[in-house]
Amino acid sequence: MHDLSTALSTAFAMAIGLDPQVLGIVRLSVQVSGGAVLLAAMLGLPLGALLALARFPGRGALVVALNACMGLPPVVVGLAVYLLLSRAGPLGELGLLFTPSAMVMAQTVLVLPIVAALARQVVADLWEEYGEQLRSLGVPRLTVVATLLWDGRFSLLTAILAGFGRAAAEVGAVMIVGGNISGVTRTMTTAIALETSKGDLPLALALGIILIALVTAVNAAVFLVGQTARRRMG
Amino acid sequence: MRHDLDTILPLDLDRVGFAVEGRSLLDAISVRLEGGSRTMVMGANGAGKSLLLRLSHGLLTPTSGTVTWGNGAALPPDRVRRRQAMVFQRPVLLRRSAVANIRYVLGLLDVARNRRQTMAMEALDRFGLADLAERPARVLSGGEQQRLALARAWVVEPDVLFLDEPTSSLDPAATLAVEMAIHDFHAAGTKIIMTTHDLGQARRLADEVLFLSHGRLVEVSPAAPFFKGPASAQARAFLAGELVY
Repeated sequence: MHDLSTALSTAFAMAIGLDPQVLGIVRLSVQVSGGAVLLAAMLGLPLGALLALARFPGRGALVVALNACMGLPPVVVGLAVYLLLSRAGPLGELGLLFTPSAMVMAQTVLVLPIVAALARQVVADLWEEYGEQLRSLGVPRLTVVATLLWDGRFSLLTAILAGFGRAAAEVGAVMIVGGNISGVTRTMTTAIALETSKGDLPLALALGIILIALVTAVNAAVFLVGQTARRRMG
Repeated sequence: MRHDLDTILPLDLDRVGFAVEGRSLLDAISVRLEGGSRTMVMGANGAGKSLLLRLSHGLLTPTSGTVTWGNGAALPPDRVRRRQAMVFQRPVLLRRSAVANIRYVLGLLDVARNRRQTMAMEALDRFGLADLAERPARVLSGGEQQRLALARAWVVEPDVLFLDEPTSSLDPAATLAVEMAIHDFHAAGTKIIMTTHDLGQARRLADEVLFLSHGRLVEVSPAAPFFKGPASAQARAFLAGELVY
C-alpha cells in the first residue's frame, strides 16, 4: 500500500512537473507505437479487405494464420527483427538495430495481424450487406475495397485502437531491437522493466500509471469522436 | 424516350434454371421481355420471383440455360451492365450524405467531376429529396431511403430497371411516391421488371404479368386479361387469395 501511494504521488508529480526525461520517454513511446500503428493500418486495412473479398486457394489457411498471428509473442517478433537487422542479418547494412526505426518495424509486425484480421471481419460483414447493391452498380474491385473501408471506418477505428493498445503495452520487442538506451530507445514499458529490476518500484509504478492514463485518454478521445460521427451518419 | 436506338433490350431467357445443391429453385424459364413495357413478376413466396430478377440482372449465374440481351447483337458485357439498375426491397445506402450517394454512382459512370453535383441535385429534386441532400443517407426514413435508391438508379439512365418488392416495407404515402417514380422511369422509356406482393399495385402498374409457381413460369399474359381471368389454375387461386399448394 505504501508503494502504491508513493507511486501515485510520484506519477502525479511527474505528470505535473513535466520532467523532461519522462516527457522524452513518453514522446518516444507515442512516436514508436503511433508510427507502427500508422504503418500497420496502411498495410493491414487493404490486406484485410482483400482477404475478405478475394477468393483464391489457400485463403482459409491464410485467414487462420492471420488470426493466429494476433497472439504473436512480442519477444519472438523482437528476436526475428533483431536477426534481420543485426550486422550479419539480411538488413544489417541499414544499421537500424537499436534505433527507434527498428522498434517501429518490430511493433508494425505485432500490430499488422490485429489490424488486418479485424479489418477482414469488418469488411466481410459489410460485404454481406452491400454485396448485391455494389455488384448491381458494377463497382470495380478496387473501388469496392475503398468503399467498404470507408463505410466501415467507425468499426475499423476500433481495430486500429486495439493495435495501438497492443503496441503501447508490449515490452519484449522494443526491448530486444531497441536496447533500452537512455534518451534514445527507452520507452515507457522498457523503463518500467528497468526500474522494476533496479528495485525502484514506486517510479516503475508511476510510469505504469502514466502509460495506462495515456492509453485510456487515446481510447476515450477516439470513442467520443466515433460516437458523435456514428450518431450523425447512422 | 431515352434509348430508342441503342437499347440492350429485349431480354431473352432461354430455359433458365437455377439449382442449389441439386434442389431446383427455378426450372426452364423461357421468355422474351421487350423494351418499354412494365412487367410484373407475380407469385407466392418462394415461387422464385426474386431469383428470376437476380438471374436476369446478372447478380446470379443460371445453373442451366442462358440470359441474353439485345436480340443476339454482340453487346459488350460492360455496356449491358451499365444500362441496368436495380432497386432492392431494403435499399443499401452508403454511409455518406444523400447527394454523395448519387455522386458516387455518377463517378462510377465516369461523369466529369464538375458536373456530378448539379446532376445529383437534379435527380434528388426530381424525387423530392432536394432538401435532404446533405443529410446522411442512413438516417433518412424508409420511404426517403427508397426514393434515394430510385434517384440513384435514375442517374444511371437505365434501359431496364429491376425492382424487387420495392414498397413491401413502406407506408401508403411512401408507396405512392415509389409508384410515381416508377411512372417517371416508364415515361422516360425505361423497361420496368418488378416483383410485388401487392395485388392492387400490380393492377395499377402492370402492362404484362409473369406468373411463377414453384419455380416454374406458369403464365405470361398482358395485364388486363390476366387480372380479368387468368388462364392457369394456380394464378386463379393466387388472385382469389387462396393458398397455392
